[in-house]
Amino acid sequence: MVGAIPLVFGVVVLTFILIHLTPGDVTTVIAGDAPLSVEQITEIRRSLGLDRPLYEQFVTYVLRILQGDLGYSYISRKSVLELILDRVGFTLVLTFAPMVLASISGIMLGVMASRNQYSLGDNAISAISIIGYSIPIFWLGHLLILVFALQLDWFPAQGLISLRVRLEGPALWLDMLRHLVLPATALGLLQLALVTRLTRSSMLESLTQDYITWARSKGLPERTITFKHALRNALLPVTTLVGYQFGYLLTGAVLTETVFAWPGLGRLLVDSVFLRDFPVLTGLLIFVSFIVIIGNLLTDIAYAFLDPRIRYG
Amino acid sequence: MKSDEASQMTGTRKSYLRIVKFWRLYRKNRAAVLGLVVVTGLSILALGAPLVTSFEPLRLVARPFQSPSSQHLMGTDHMGRDLFTDVLYGARTSLQIGFLAATTSVLIGTIVGALAGYYGSYKDEILMRITEVFQVVPRLFLALAAVAIVGPTVWNVIWVIGLTSWPTTARLVRAEFLSLRERPFVEASKGLGAGDIQVIWGEIFPNATSSIVVNSSFEVARAIVLEAGLSFLGLGDANVASWGRTLQEAQSYLQRAWWTSLFPGLFIALTVLGLNLIGDGLNDALNPRLRER
Repeated sequence: MVGAIPLVFGVVVLTFILIHLTPGDVTTVIAGDAPLSVEQITEIRRSLGLDRPLYEQFVTYVLRILQGDLGYSYISRKSVLELILDRVGFTLVLTFAPMVLASISGIMLGVMASRNQYSLGDNAISAISIIGYSIPIFWLGHLLILVFALQLDWFPAQGLISLRVRLEGPALWLDMLRHLVLPATALGLLQLALVTRLTRSSMLESLTQDYITWARSKGLPERTITFKHALRNALLPVTTLVGYQFGYLLTGAVLTETVFAWPGLGRLLVDSVFLRDFPVLTGLLIFVSFIVIIGNLLTDIAYAFLDPRIRYG
Repeated sequence: MKSDEASQMTGTRKSYLRIVKFWRLYRKNRAAVLGLVVVTGLSILALGAPLVTSFEPLRLVARPFQSPSSQHLMGTDHMGRDLFTDVLYGARTSLQIGFLAATTSVLIGTIVGALAGYYGSYKDEILMRITEVFQVVPRLFLALAAVAIVGPTVWNVIWVIGLTSWPTTARLVRAEFLSLRERPFVEASKGLGAGDIQVIWGEIFPNATSSIVVNSSFEVARAIVLEAGLSFLGLGDANVASWGRTLQEAQSYLQRAWWTSLFPGLFIALTVLGLNLIGDGLNDALNPRLRER
């Protein structure tokens, strides 16, 4: 737990450095093309605290963020935290369901592949998982749209809900669910490939260990050896992957959201980049890092549960 | 003098034999050989682009939205640019950024990891804390913010990817150094009076190269994916052909012109797949622990 504090601090420092790398001045961004007098610029700089020495700015910045204040958008003037909280739910829905489904099926596929190494099934699973792992997610999104939305017309191609009809109650939820299918599939396939690949190699590694040979010589059935002995050990690196890769999944979510016009954090991020809305951009950076740090902590706890050798005091 | 020459001869001979031995092992993994063929082929196509296509990249050369034909192998896009040409030149951009960015990140990661692993104690602690900070900020977010600030040129993208991607290598090299620094040959060389730098680069580093090499192949793949992601989100260099940007533009015309998305995406996937297969093959050939399975 304590280890997370310097991490949060480090992320804040990193974003502070990033903002101060900005060539020119924020005032030019705020002013846009409007001609401002020298007094007006000085006033803006003063109101943003830019006229004070750097260390003072830094202290104010850190204190503000520690109070949960991520600043205000240059463009919409809204609180950055509010902007983020308005959208983060959509991103988490999109990220979470595929993560759970894909992890479970990935572990099963990985175990299946490892039980008969170099068999036809193993080769097929390995081939598909390395291909899935190599396909850029936004292109996978295009392919899904081309086939399942445009050709077959099974699912809507983009958006959160159908705009042409007014729906209420369960019908609305169902409609949202239908919109979720394709983006969630894109993200899920990526995760599936990753988990399968890692489960397989980590199963293969634990199947060569001495205690497995010992279990075999005891005459235990192969099923028990695979699931109770080998898998339990092999799950450790897989847990780390699933937990620690949450940031990777969020990255995938940003790209997927862009492809499917899903109204989550990705849209906010891309808009903030193009509008040069730096408070939103850095606020997002801090916020997602915070999510990742929490994800890592949860992973460590899960790890302690799975591995009896580790006990945190 | 003469014995010097002789030992040099055996030195060359030795490294020659090592390459032969390595190739024999590598060749066993057919997928890895396929990966090598794909990446070599793509590199040749990228370098020889002006010989393969008669058009220039990003030029409007024909009617828009023509489906693939003998004239325009991959069709034309919404502005009437020849897609085949843009995909070939896009390979140049991707490979250039991928290799240079990976070189940068591997270099930084190796130095950070080597120093942390060799010196240990508080130096290790500080360096690893910094590494962790870079690991918890999702790479695309960080790279996006950085490129937005410094401006999307090819060189900036290379720097940004290099400067945001080094933690993987750093952790890996640190782990290698931690285990290697306790070995007798390191003790011996220290006992003979070798300085820190000599021990780090002369003794430990050569023993860590195989993991670094394996990792580098994956790093190039990751850098290419990240670059494609950045330009897909609109933060690529607008002056060069780029697979990511072509895909971004294709998005608005999926219904009308599927080929504008299919081909550039296929090339990204092939390149990344090739590099990942090479990485797997290198791992099998260079990592003796897994070899005899």
